[in-house]
Amino acid sequence: MSGPGTLNLQRPTGRRTFVDVTMRVLAWLAAGIAIVPLVWILYTVISRGAPLLFTAEPDYTRVCTIADRPADKSEAAFQRVTESDCTGANPDASYRWVVGGSYVAVGENLRADTNSVSRDPSGRAGTVVGMPGSEGAGSIRTPSLQWWTTDLGATPDQVPGGGVKHALIGTLWIGLISSVIAVPLGILGAVYLVEYARGKRSAKVVSFLVDILTGVPSIVAALFVYAVLITTLGWSRSTLAAGLALVLLMLPTVLRSTEEMLKLVPDSLREASYALGVPKWKTILSVVVPTAFKGIATGVVLGMARVMGETAPLLILLNYARNTNWSPLSNTMGSLPTMIANAANLPQSYPGADRGWGAALTLILLVMGLNLLARWIGRSGKLKER
Amino acid sequence: MAKRIEVSDLNVYYGKFQAVKDVALTVEPRSVTAFIGPSGCGKSTVLRTLNRMHEVIPGAYCTGSVLLDGADLYADGVDPVAVRRLVGMVFQRPNPFPAMSIYDNVVAGLRLNGVRDKGVLDEAAERSLRAANLWTEVKDRLGRAGVGLSGGQQQRLCIARAIAVSPEVLLMDEPCSALDPISTLAIEDLIQQLKDEYTVVIVTHNMQQAARVSDQTAFFNLEAAGQPGQLVEMDATEKIFSNPSVKATEDYITGRFG
Repeated sequence: MSGPGTLNLQRPTGRRTFVDVTMRVLAWLAAGIAIVPLVWILYTVISRGAPLLFTAEPDYTRVCTIADRPADKSEAAFQRVTESDCTGANPDASYRWVVGGSYVAVGENLRADTNSVSRDPSGRAGTVVGMPGSEGAGSIRTPSLQWWTTDLGATPDQVPGGGVKHALIGTLWIGLISSVIAVPLGILGAVYLVEYARGKRSAKVVSFLVDILTGVPSIVAALFVYAVLITTLGWSRSTLAAGLALVLLMLPTVLRSTEEMLKLVPDSLREASYALGVPKWKTILSVVVPTAFKGIATGVVLGMARVMGETAPLLILLNYARNTNWSPLSNTMGSLPTMIANAANLPQSYPGADRGWGAALTLILLVMGLNLLARWIGRSGKLKER
Repeated sequence: MAKRIEVSDLNVYYGKFQAVKDVALTVEPRSVTAFIGPSGCGKSTVLRTLNRMHEVIPGAYCTGSVLLDGADLYADGVDPVAVRRLVGMVFQRPNPFPAMSIYDNVVAGLRLNGVRDKGVLDEAAERSLRAANLWTEVKDRLGRAGVGLSGGQQQRLCIARAIAVSPEVLLMDEPCSALDPISTLAIEDLIQQLKDEYTVVIVTHNMQQAARVSDQTAFFNLEAAGQPGQLVEMDATEKIFSNPSVKATEDYITGRFG
């Protein structure tokens, strides 16, 4: 037996403790620093965009027609709008003013947040409404689904109102077009690589090409589609063309992730199925793919998320439209990324800039919804174990 | 049910490597035949050639003939899928399908071969689970996941799955090597019952197990590492374990090598 002191079980001091603590602090710091921009971006998008999504500005869409058209159209000529001027909604009114007690001039806007007067860039007299600054309206918002049910239409960037309908339609079209093509191709391609050509030269070649394709920037895919479809084949720019460009981006994501998931399915399951006298194709459909289904669904959703947020192909292959358009063949179409891109150029005080943030939040929610859907699909197929 | 297997001149290759050389043996119907031998001697490989499962491994092929009641499994035009419907297999590790419930696992073979009739499936599920001595343990949770069962239960589930398609022959590749002694005993009892209806071939590393469950025992050996495995001798289990005719067999079963 060894006497006391021959075994040293004391926690060592000095260098090891120092390294321990340093390591822990560094890990904490890294995690903390990593989370800052994530929280920050979410906070910004939510705080700027959230009010738009489920509320609308109060009833200053009430149209007031001013019977007496001011003779003097100069900036100096202000007109006081009062409640009595508002004789009711009149879509044909040549002069539209807001209810309230502000002075506004013909062809001028009164900004909601600053009460400052700014010029209507279109120069059309009276088409732009201002806000009753004295009442501080604009900070009052009422629950509304206006964001989802209206498009930007003729709503100028300086004016609140309007919605995201046009962009949502475009983004969903693009997601649909690219998914319909890329998902079957990607999944079947991965099935070929894993189930039919594993270890063969053809699989290695395809795999290598897919790896390269994964790294292709979206702008290059867009240029390629532009060159082939529009320059060579003479198509016009359209949502369909943009969707085809995005297929090139979605395909490698779906194929690669499906391939990894199929590789994770143990061979013992395939053997068990073969040993039951089940043909190969049925083994793949009924055993291999269902076993890997959750992972495949996640890959598909990630691919869709990537595609829906892409901007470059939409800028090259599509004209941005502010109006609702259902046709994927027409050459103008709104979409969330291009709506954000358009809003990014505006002064931050414009309601249009807020709508950009709203569109950003809408896009995030859309992607999050897809993610939740994938999780739900994965869970709904999962059996209780005990 | 239950068919005789006659193997002659069987050579199996994995690419250029010859894994098994000149095997000839006969498996009697309604009996349990055990394959024993040291690792790498080709006993699992021979087992897999009995239902053409070796073909799943890329580059594997064999020469010679395997007759199932006189029909050559390797004749031209024979569909391996059809062969495997007649010759079922249970593997070393329990491998229930994770995406399927207990019930779905048992009837998977039938359902994937096109049986849709709920009555037929229900009947087959109960019959197979009873035959695998698992019915009483799982009858109240047939809808739960097969992978939630214990290892021994999973292996019996796999046996139930294999016999649900009513094969003629049941091949078992070390079915107890991943199981505890109690589960092993349950499987061994099951094998004894199964031989009333099926021809059973079992590969095992456990010589007591071979002695306990089998009627015939085949001893495989290889001369040296890298050499192909060969069948050394095959005889009644009692004879192999009491008075083998080849010295190598005696050395192996008495634990002097391997």
